[in-house]
Amino acid sequence: MAKFQKKRGSAKPEISTASLPDIIFMLLFFFMVVTVLRNAELMVTVVVPKATELTKLERKSLVHYIYIGKPVKKYIRIYGTKPRIQLGDKFINEDHLGNELTLFIEKHKIKVDEAQHGLITSSLRVDGAVTMGIIQDVKTELRKAGQLKVNYSAQPRPK
Amino acid sequence: MARKKERLSNEINAGSMADIAFLLLIFFLVTTTIDVDKGIPVKLPPWSEEEPDIQKLKDRNVFGVLVNAQNQLLVRKAPANIEDLRERTKEFISNPTMRSDLAEKPTAAIISLKNDRGTKYETYLRVYNELKAAYNELWDDECMKMYNIHYSEDLPIAYKKAIRKKIPFVISEAEPTSFGEEN
Repeated sequence: MAKFQKKRGSAKPEISTASLPDIIFMLLFFFMVVTVLRNAELMVTVVVPKATELTKLERKSLVHYIYIGKPVKKYIRIYGTKPRIQLGDKFINEDHLGNELTLFIEKHKIKVDEAQHGLITSSLRVDGAVTMGIIQDVKTELRKAGQLKVNYSAQPRPK
Repeated sequence: MARKKERLSNEINAGSMADIAFLLLIFFLVTTTIDVDKGIPVKLPPWSEEEPDIQKLKDRNVFGVLVNAQNQLLVRKAPANIEDLRERTKEFISNPTMRSDLAEKPTAAIISLKNDRGTKYETYLRVYNELKAAYNELWDDECMKMYNIHYSEDLPIAYKKAIRKKIPFVISEAEPTSFGEEN
């Protein structure tokens, strides 16, 4: 008859696992710092129109965003109710559109490899209710700045 | 008798694992946004001080689309519906019945788009979408004829170039008029 040895209580753990959560926190902070989720806070309300002929924006690092729309509620007091242009993460003065846009594009180009400057795309996130005047100005300034690759942001629409 | 080595029992306190999981979850919920990342790609024409010369083109090769501040369409100087735009554009470019008032050949076809500063962006994009769709459908038909596969952006560049050479994408956008109210 085999003797079944009773388990004498729980054995002492030889590997201290108390530091495991610390390691995981380190990993977490590492990712929090490295993956800078560049989703700029939207200061204008933008509801993009629907379209069917859409292509995905590849290589997010080569894309910068131009938002045009009415300012969000909390900014209406300061910036008014007319549609405004938000480059990246701040409003700009429409009278200096050309200079501001060129500056914005150059700032982006600095972060991008020289060889890929030609692949940089401007994503125009424009609210459907905005009239073409302001958009036309932006397009003209983009052409003057040599930024010809543009993408009109849109939601998919069932065909 | 040699005593069996005491078995190591792993005593990881799993209570904090759940907290860590929730932390990560909340982090990602807060920092990521459901962003729209699709759109209609456009190549803007290079800037030049002079107006492009369109007088040299034959009338039959130009498909004029005007959108006014009331978001109404005028196609080739006659009011039109946006639903018909796609078919009419396709017919204009391909000209299957060789009509004398439509394009001579697809390589000579030019679409001229003009809007008003008061036109809504939504309407403009809808019109642009229909024109692009017309081209996409024509390219698809051509691709089926030539290579027996469907046209898509992932096709090898050589194929795409060959098809776009036969049916070039030419949409000329003119300076907008300013009759309407801008917002």
